[in-house]
Amino acid sequence: MPMINGEFRPKIVAFCCNWCSYGGADLAGSSRLSYPADVKIIRVPCSGRVNPMFILRAFERGADGVIICGCHPGDCHYSTGNYYARRRMTLLFSMLEYIGIENGRTRVEWVSAAEGVKFQATMNEFVEKVKSLGENVRLGDLRCKD
Amino acid sequence: MQRIGVFVCHCGTNIAATVDVKKVAELVRFEPGVVHAEDYTYMCSEVGQQRIIDTVKEKNLTGIVVCSCSPRMHEATFRKCAEKAGINPYMVEIANIREHCSWIHKDMEEATEKAVILARAAIAKVNLNAPLQEGESPVTKRALVIGGGIAGIQTAIDIAEAGYPVDIVEKTPSIGGRMSQLDKTFPTLDCSSCILTPKMVEASAHPLITLHTYSEVENVSGFVGNFEVDIRKKARSVNMDKCTGCGVCMTKCPMKKVPSEFNRNLNTRTAIYTPFAQAVPNVPVIDRENCMYFKTGKCGVCSKVCQAGAVDYEQQDEIITEKYGAIVVATGFDMIKLDKFDEYAYSQSADVITSLELERIMNAAGPTSGHLERISDGKAPKNIVFIQCVGSRCNDHRGKPYCSKICCMYTAKHAMLIRDKYPDTNVTVFYIDVRTPGKNFDEFYRRAVEQYHVNYVKGQVGKVVPKADGTLDVQGVDLLDNKQIVVNADMVVLAAAIEPNPDIRKIATMLTASIDTNNFLTEAHAKLRPVESPTAGIFLSGVTQGPKDIPETVSQAGAAAVKVIGLLAKDKLKTNPCTAKCDPIACNGCSTCANVCPYGAISYEDQLVRGPGVNETRRVAVVNTALCQGCGACSASCPSGAMDLQGFSNRQLISEVDAICR
Repeated sequence: MPMINGEFRPKIVAFCCNWCSYGGADLAGSSRLSYPADVKIIRVPCSGRVNPMFILRAFERGADGVIICGCHPGDCHYSTGNYYARRRMTLLFSMLEYIGIENGRTRVEWVSAAEGVKFQATMNEFVEKVKSLGENVRLGDLRCKD
Repeated sequence: MQRIGVFVCHCGTNIAATVDVKKVAELVRFEPGVVHAEDYTYMCSEVGQQRIIDTVKEKNLTGIVVCSCSPRMHEATFRKCAEKAGINPYMVEIANIREHCSWIHKDMEEATEKAVILARAAIAKVNLNAPLQEGESPVTKRALVIGGGIAGIQTAIDIAEAGYPVDIVEKTPSIGGRMSQLDKTFPTLDCSSCILTPKMVEASAHPLITLHTYSEVENVSGFVGNFEVDIRKKARSVNMDKCTGCGVCMTKCPMKKVPSEFNRNLNTRTAIYTPFAQAVPNVPVIDRENCMYFKTGKCGVCSKVCQAGAVDYEQQDEIITEKYGAIVVATGFDMIKLDKFDEYAYSQSADVITSLELERIMNAAGPTSGHLERISDGKAPKNIVFIQCVGSRCNDHRGKPYCSKICCMYTAKHAMLIRDKYPDTNVTVFYIDVRTPGKNFDEFYRRAVEQYHVNYVKGQVGKVVPKADGTLDVQGVDLLDNKQIVVNADMVVLAAAIEPNPDIRKIATMLTASIDTNNFLTEAHAKLRPVESPTAGIFLSGVTQGPKDIPETVSQAGAAAVKVIGLLAKDKLKTNPCTAKCDPIACNGCSTCANVCPYGAISYEDQLVRGPGVNETRRVAVVNTALCQGCGACSASCPSGAMDLQGFSNRQLISEVDAICR
């Protein structure tokens, strides 16, 4: 289990859409709103770009939590991408739960480019949740372990 | 195999103070593909960029990773730099180690470790980047301005003066907006109409400006340079070409009891009406909800008295479709509804009014012909109390968290005008802070206090109590004397917060323009691109972006116009090359991608597909790159993995995931 100073530090992948949530994360940054360094952000053009494959891959490679952030419903830069993301992820997450990846490890959240505070709060909350669930052992590929 | 150079920026101390930049450069040097890694104080500076260019040439780099600020800030800068160095601009990736790392973490070890991981992800991505070519799209040299207030009018005039046609779409029957409702303007006290109406006339007379009043934007499609907009021209019931604007119909209309929106419902208007005497265009509309003819089928007086035969009861809403290169949003503001602030007795007493209602009362063309009168009994008030920040700077859900910016100044204006015209009237202002930043603003406020002896009381009002004798007890606190006070008043004026036009959400959704939690439109960059929306081709003018007064609105309107002109002056626009691409060997023509594409960019054609074990003609997806905006919805939904997004391909994103989870 990856521990720093005796504390479990989860690996968290955050997919953020370029137009809203990545901007929200930037605003959190420029407002110096701190959240755990465990979160690593991948920029995607739209939450609808996130292929379920990416999430499976992340868990397989040892991620402990995956969060997808997009524009608020109705505000998608591409009109409908976030709706597809929401539907697709609802299905995927229920399937993941079925195979033992707890619902707390996956999340979809709407964060606009003006919501630095919400970005911070979301990440703090999500990291806490994943920490409480502990390491993801269910889907992790043992060959990827040190 | 790529030859990648990694450039780690200190950003002065912005990054270097929390991230050990030298260590980052050291640790990524042995990543696959990396042949060079260095750090420098300001990578975006001319010297920094030159270092990149020199290194590209010296070490034959094929890809660049810059570890610096957000790509939203400087991706374009470094892409241009790569182009100068002779490599494809899309071979650049940014690792955001400032906004997403150094600025939010305090522990150096932790931040450095994260920066290395972010750099590794970017390196892994560049390893799979391919050169991309930008396409070109034509520009429709015509602009649309949504909203015909001072912001929209000024933007339209400025664009038209540069030689480009502009359409203004205004929801109400006349252009003019909020400014036409004002009496005097601060800090010069010149009459609002006298400076606005010439501009309204100029806009309507300009050969390149087309006014669509009593119209609304119904649908927007397309993208920068090529928007297609449906405009609903609501049925005016009056033929604009025939009407001479004589106004006989309005004087003869028997339905005279309709509340006048323009006068903030303080008096009434007729069912066939122009909002105010100087309306542009000076053509009335029939308010069908209140018109006797439309309600009962009987009446038709306006049609009978109209000499020009302009009244047309059969007129229908008309939807016109126009093409534009750029769209400016200038939808302005309204005052908040006060139903949540009933402690001020706005709903209980006619003599508790908002400041915009006072503007109408003070206006010579208003409901009282400019005489300061109580609405309840028409008597001149002797004691007036102004209450500031009603709903502004409000921490709870009832109001707005922001400062509405204009209230301190207009209240000083109102107080001064009242004391000047009615010297025996006592004026008290309850305020939290008096904010007067602006040219000649503080001098103006001081005149109100020193010359006109307006009684400013620092403190908030808890309650306004209507009394049996028709007066109002204002219970407040005087913070400077630290005591509770009660001021008896004949009239109370509330400086209600301003909020963006209630239609703005709908408009923002149509334009896919981002909006903040207070419903103001977001700028592309708060400081450096304040008049542009992050959505290309959408520009912001006036209060739609944030609270501002008239001079600020006019300056911003001009700035928005300049940005529009800059766009329309181009013959061709470079298009985003990060478009979807279909691999015909994997594609089985299932149509899933076409169903999710919001732009109709995917079509199908029969192609001869040749590959390992395949040699047949079959139906495959084809992407129209001119229409594709690169959202990637198709790539995520393709069941066979045939559809992929260039610049954000499945392999690239997976390699980033792998690098982060390593």
